Amino acid sequence: MALNLHFKQPALLATLAALTLSLAACGGPTTTTAESPAEGESPAATDRESPAESPTAADDGTGVSGQIALDGSSTVFPISEAVSEEFQRANSGVQVTVGTSGTGGGFEKFCNGETDISNASRPIEQDEIEACESKGIEFIELPVAFDALSVVVHPQNDWAQCLTTEELKRIWEPAAQGQITNWNQVRPDFPDVPLALYGPGTDSGTFDYFTDAISGEEGESRGDYTASEDDNVLVQGVAGDRGAIGYFGYAYYEQNQDRVKLVGIDDGDSANGEGCVTPSAETVLDNTYQPLARPLFIYVSTKAAERPEVKAFVEFYMDEANKQLIESTGYVPLSDPIYDKALARFQENKTGTVFEGGSAVGVSLEDLLEQE
Amino acid sequence: MTMIDSNPLPPEEGQPPRYKPALKRRYQFDRVYATVALIATLLGLLVLLLLLFDVFRDGLPRLALNFPDFLTSFPSRRPLRAGILSPLIGTLWVLVLTMLISIPIGVGAGIFLEEFATESLLAKIIEVNIGNLAAVPTIIYGLLALQVFVRLMEPITGGRSILSGGLTLALLVLPVVIVATREALRAVPDSIRQAGYAIGTTRWQVVRDHVLPIASPGVFTGVILALSRAIGQAAPLITIGALTFIAFLPPFITISENGVPQIQIIDGLHSSFTVLPIQVYNWVSRPQPEFHNAAAAGIIVLMIVLLLMNATAIYLRNRFQQTRY
Repeated sequence: MALNLHFKQPALLATLAALTLSLAACGGPTTTTAESPAEGESPAATDRESPAESPTAADDGTGVSGQIALDGSSTVFPISEAVSEEFQRANSGVQVTVGTSGTGGGFEKFCNGETDISNASRPIEQDEIEACESKGIEFIELPVAFDALSVVVHPQNDWAQCLTTEELKRIWEPAAQGQITNWNQVRPDFPDVPLALYGPGTDSGTFDYFTDAISGEEGESRGDYTASEDDNVLVQGVAGDRGAIGYFGYAYYEQNQDRVKLVGIDDGDSANGEGCVTPSAETVLDNTYQPLARPLFIYVSTKAAERPEVKAFVEFYMDEANKQLIESTGYVPLSDPIYDKALARFQENKTGTVFEGGSAVGVSLEDLLEQE
Repeated sequence: MTMIDSNPLPPEEGQPPRYKPALKRRYQFDRVYATVALIATLLGLLVLLLLLFDVFRDGLPRLALNFPDFLTSFPSRRPLRAGILSPLIGTLWVLVLTMLISIPIGVGAGIFLEEFATESLLAKIIEVNIGNLAAVPTIIYGLLALQVFVRLMEPITGGRSILSGGLTLALLVLPVVIVATREALRAVPDSIRQAGYAIGTTRWQVVRDHVLPIASPGVFTGVILALSRAIGQAAPLITIGALTFIAFLPPFITISENGVPQIQIIDGLHSSFTVLPIQVYNWVSRPQPEFHNAAAAGIIVLMIVLLLMNATAIYLRNRFQQTRY
C-alpha cells in the first residue's frame, strides 16, 4: 500500500451498500413525470450551442425552442425573472433559466461561454472585456431599466427634506469617518441629533455606484456605517432610528413608504433639474434625478444571438409592450426611444460597450446610444 | 501485594468525626447547578421557539392560502402565484444524490481508517486533515467544485447540473460522515473484536457482523447531522451555478407518445436545477412583503422535508437496534 496502511481483506461494503440504499429510498418521491414543458425532449441533452430545431419539441406559433441560460446580478434578477416567466408562457418550447451569481460572477461564467446572457448592474469592466476577448466571446450591451437609488431617513426626521450631493459627500466620504457624527455637522441649521448610517456592503453594485456618484471614486466610502447585503435590513435599521440615513434601491422604498421617508437630491446643476429632485419614473426618465439613477444592463453573447430562441427572447425583453413587467418589479423602464435604439443595436449586431470600462454615473443613455 | 486500608485513620473514640458530610451545602450546590443547566437549555429552546413562531406566523397563512398550489407551481414574479415546485424537486434530487455518494464513501473511509489502517504518520496526517476539512467554510467547497466538477469534469457531470450539485454537497459532508463513523466505531468495546479474533474470524467478519451493527446508531446519527447540514446549503450551490429561476423539472421518467415510459435519469442528472435554500434566500431579499411570506412558507416546507428525512433515519436506526439486541 502506498499509504503504508495495511488491511487484511478487501473491504466489501455490501452491508453498507444495503444500508445506504434503504436510507436513500426514504428521500421522497422524485418521480417527476412529464411535467417538463419540453415533453419528450431532454433539456440537458439539448446542446446549448446548437439551436434545438428538433421537430418534436413543443412549439406554439412562434416556433422557437431550446434553452437560454442567464446569470449575473441579483439586482437585475427580478426583471429577468419576470421577462423569462412571460416569455416561457408565450413560447412553451423554450426553457429559460436565471441564476444570481452577482454581476462579477455572472461575467466570469458569461466570458467562459457558459451562459448566453449576463445580467449586470454596472457596465462591463476592462478586465472582464479582456477575459471575454481571450475566449472569443463577443457581446452586445443592452440597457434594460433604471434603478433609482433612494436616500431615505426616519419618518420623524423633519429637517432633512432635501440634501445636496455636497452634503451627501460630507456624510459618506472616507474623511467623514469618526468626524461627521451629528446632523448639525451636515448643515448648521440641522438639529443636534446623532447621525446613524445604513448602507449596502462593499460587495454590492449599489455601493459601487453610490460611492462613484457621491464620493467621485468607486468604493470610496467611510467604513463606520451599518452595512448589510440585504436591503430589507437597511429599511429596518432606518425605520428604527430617528437620526438614521441610508440608501438602497427605489423598490425597497416603494414597499416601505410608511416606515421610511424619501430625501430629495439636489446635484447643484440646474441643467438637469432645478433644486431638489425626488426619485420617480418621471424624474429618472427626464434625466433630472441625477446622479443617482443607475442603469441596469443585459449582455448578450453574439454567438447565442444567432439562435432564434435567444433572438426572440431579447426582442421580447426590449419590447415596449412589456414595460409593465419591469414596472411590476419596482424598477423604472427605459423610455421608448431608448428601447428602440437598444433594439436596433441588437438587430444590427453592434458589439462592445459604450462605457469602455468607465463609469455609468450621470450619463444619458440616449446620447450614448446615439453616438455609436 | 499488600492490603491497602481504605480508611487508615479511623476516628478514635470520643473524638468528633474528621469527615464532615455538610450534606445541606452539597445539595445546595447541586440545585444551583441544575438551575443553571435548566436555564441554558431553556434559553436555547426559547430562541428556537421564537424563530419557529416567526416563521409559522408569516408562512402558514401563505401555505394555506392556495394549498397545494404553493407546492405544485413554479416560481413567479407574482408573489401570490409563486410556488416552490422546481426548488423542492431540486432539493430532493440533490439530497438523494448526496446520500448515495457520501454514505458509502464516508462510512467506508471511516471503517477503513478506524478498523483497518495501522497507526502511522500518514494515517495521523489524514486524520488531522479530515478534522480540519469539516471546519472549512462551505463556499470554499463551492469554489473547488466549480473548477473540478463543473469545468474539468464537464463531459461527465454536464456542467452546472444536479450531478455537480450532489457531488459538491457530498464532498462537503464527507468529513462529517467520516468523523462520526469513526467516533461510533471507537465507542464499540475492544472485547468484542478480541472475542471475534479469538474464535478465528477475520477482521472484515468482525466489522461486518459485530462492530458495525453495534456502531450503526452512531453512524446513523452522524449521517443525519451531515445531511441536515447539506439540505440547508445555498452558497456553494450558487457558486457552482445552481439557478434561481427555473420553470421546468429535471426529466426522470417521461411517457413517450406511444405510452412507453422512458427512464431518463442521466438526463435528469445533467439537468440544471435550483434548491429550496436558494429560493428562500432570493425571496427574503426581495422588497415585496408577499415574497417574504412566501419565503417563510418555503422554510416550513424545507423543515418538513428535513424532519421527514430525519424521522425515517431514526425509525431505521431504532429498528436496527431492536433486531440486534
